[in-house]
Amino acid sequence: MSAVPDAPPRTLVGIEGVSRRFGEVAALDDVSLDIRQGEFFALLGPSGCGKTTLLRILAGFEAPDAGRVTLDGADLLALPAHRRPVNLMFQSYALFPHMTVAGNIAYGLERERLPRAEVRAKVEEVLATVGLSGQAGRRPHQLSGGQRQRVALARAIVKRPRLLLLDEPLSALDKKVRAEMQLELKRLQHEVGITFVVVTHDQEEAMSLADRIAVMEAGRVQQVDQPVRLYERPATPFVAGFIGANNLFEGTAAGDGLVVPALGTLPGGGGLAAGTPALLGVRPESVRLGEAGILTGTVADVSFYGGVSHIAVRVPGHDRPILVAAQGATRVRPGAEVGLGWSAADAVLIAR
Amino acid sequence: MTTEHDIAPPGAAARPTTGRAPRRPRALGGAAARLAFLGPGIGYLIVLLIVPLALIVGYTVFRRGRFGGVVYEATTENFTRLFDPLYFDIVVSSVRTATLTTLIALLIGYPTAYVIAGLPRKWKTIALVAIVLPFWTNFLIRVYAWVILLSGPGLVNETLTGAGLIDEPLQLLYNQGTIVTGLLYSYLPLMVLPLYAAIERLDPQLREASANLGARPVRTFWSVTLPLTLPGVLTGCVFVFVPCLGNFVIPEILGGGRSIMVGNLIRDQFLKARDWPFGSTLALAVIAVLVLLLFVQAWAARINGGAEDRRA
Repeated sequence: MSAVPDAPPRTLVGIEGVSRRFGEVAALDDVSLDIRQGEFFALLGPSGCGKTTLLRILAGFEAPDAGRVTLDGADLLALPAHRRPVNLMFQSYALFPHMTVAGNIAYGLERERLPRAEVRAKVEEVLATVGLSGQAGRRPHQLSGGQRQRVALARAIVKRPRLLLLDEPLSALDKKVRAEMQLELKRLQHEVGITFVVVTHDQEEAMSLADRIAVMEAGRVQQVDQPVRLYERPATPFVAGFIGANNLFEGTAAGDGLVVPALGTLPGGGGLAAGTPALLGVRPESVRLGEAGILTGTVADVSFYGGVSHIAVRVPGHDRPILVAAQGATRVRPGAEVGLGWSAADAVLIAR
Repeated sequence: MTTEHDIAPPGAAARPTTGRAPRRPRALGGAAARLAFLGPGIGYLIVLLIVPLALIVGYTVFRRGRFGGVVYEATTENFTRLFDPLYFDIVVSSVRTATLTTLIALLIGYPTAYVIAGLPRKWKTIALVAIVLPFWTNFLIRVYAWVILLSGPGLVNETLTGAGLIDEPLQLLYNQGTIVTGLLYSYLPLMVLPLYAAIERLDPQLREASANLGARPVRTFWSVTLPLTLPGVLTGCVFVFVPCLGNFVIPEILGGGRSIMVGNLIRDQFLKARDWPFGSTLALAVIAVLVLLLFVQAWAARINGGAEDRRA
C-alpha cells in the first residue's frame, strides 16, 4: 500500500452527536468526531468515560440513543455487526478455545465463502506478518499472552477491514512484550494501511501509538489533537490534569498571565480575555530552579530517576507542591529555599 | 432401582505420588484425615452399591429356583433369553423411548436455558427457582396429576370438547406418547440446569467476536455457542436418559401397567415372576447401555473444549 503523505485528510468515520444512556448514566453525551482514512486514532480517558461504549457502537454491539455514524459517508448504524467492514481486537482477545490458531484466523475468511486454498494462503501470510508461522496448529491455551494477542490481531486484520478497533491492546502484556508490541502495531498499521482506532485508559499507550487522540471524560470529548499538541496546549482543565504531570494554578486571566490572589501574577500565554476564570499549567520540565524567580518555596522531596530528578517544592499559598523535573542529578537538598521560574511561552492558560 | 449412576468417586484413588516428601508424618496425618472425610462416602458406596451390584452380576450366571430364589448351577440361558424378541424388543423400545425423551428435552431445554442465561440477574434467579419448583412436590403425586389431566373426563378433554374442537373425548392416556410426556415432564429440569450452567459460563465476547468476524447469529450458534456448550449438552442428556431408561413408575401409571419399558420388566422379574437371575441379567444389560453412554459422554467432552479453561 502506498501511503500518500500530502493528500488532504479524508474522513473515514464520521460520528455526529452520538448519545447513549444507561439508566441515569450518560455513557456518551453528544459526541462528535471525525476519524480520518489511514490514521492511527486513540480514544483516551479514565474508565467509565464512554470510550468503550463508543467502540461497541462502532463494532455494532451497541446502538446509540441519538446521533449518526457514517463510514465512507454511508450509514454504519444501519448494518448489523456481522455485516460491518469493521473488526475488533478484544481486550480479552476472545479467541475461540475450541479452534486452532489457524481455525481462529480462518473463521472470518470462511464467512466470506472464499475458496479453501485462498483461505489457507491468507492465513499463512498473516501468521508470517505477526510472526507466528509454525504455530498454526496450536490451541489458544497453549500460547503465551503475547502470542495470543498476535493471534487476535491476525484474526482481526486478515479480513482487511476498513476500520480496525483495538480495545486496550497492550494492557494485558508485561512491560517488555508491551514495548515490542507497540512498535509492531505501528509497523503493521503502516504495512496494511488500515485505519486503526485504539481505546485505552493508558496515556502513554495512546501518546506513543496514535497520530491523533480524542481525550474523553464523563461521556464527552474534551479535546482531539496530536499527542504533542495535547501535551503542550491542553484545551480544558481535565486534559491539563490528565495528560502527563502538570503544575496547575487557579486564578483569573490577565493580559500577560494569571492572577492568583495568594501568589501574584504568574506569566503565561494563551489569549484569554482578561478577567476570565482560568487555570495556568506549567510542565515540571519547564520549571527552572534558581536563586530567585516567580515563586519561592522550600524543597520538600528529591527523587533521582537516573536520567532525571524530580523535585517537589512547597510554595506558601499553594496547596500542592510544585513539581520540577531537572536533567540528571541535582544538588538541591530537602529543606533548601529555592526560587522557581518559567518563561511565559511554556505556560498555558486554560479557561475553567 | 438398578440404574443409580455408578460413577466412581473422583480422586478416591488419586493420591499425590510426589517422591521424597520430607514430611512423612504429616503425609500420614493427611491420609488419615482424607480417610475420615471419604470413609463414610466410600463405606456407603461399598455397602449399598458395590455389594448389590456384585450380587446382580453374580446372579446372571445361575438358574432360578422353582419357587423363586437362586439355584447355584451355572448357565448361560439368561443371556440367551435376553435376545429372545419378547424381551429384547422391550429393551430396544425402552432405549428408543428414553432417546426420544432425551432429544425432545434437549430441543425444549436448550432454548429455555439459553434465554434464562441471558436474563437480568434477578429474573435469572426467579426462572431457575421456577425450573426446580416441581421437585418440591412428591413425584408420584405429580405423575398422578397427569392421569387426572389426560383421562377421558379429564381437564384436557373437557376443555377441548367445551371449546367444540372435538366431539368425543380423546384417548390420551396409556400409550407411548403419554409415557414420553410424563418422562419429559419429570426430567426436563435435569436437562435445563446443566445446559444453563454451560451457557451461562460461556464468555459473551466469544459470540461478539463471531459476529464481528462476519458470522450471522445462526452461524455463531452452530460454530461457537453449541460446540462450547457441548459438555453441558452431554451432561444434560445423560441426566435425562439414565432415569428415563430405568423408569418403571411412569410407564406403570401413565402407560397402563403393561410391561412396556425395561424398568417394568425388571421389576416384574424380581417381584412377580420371581426370576432373580433373569431380572439381574436385564438389569445388567441396562447398566451396560448406561456405562457405554457415559464413556461416549466422557470421550466427547474431552475432545471438545475440554482444554478451554483448564489453564486460564
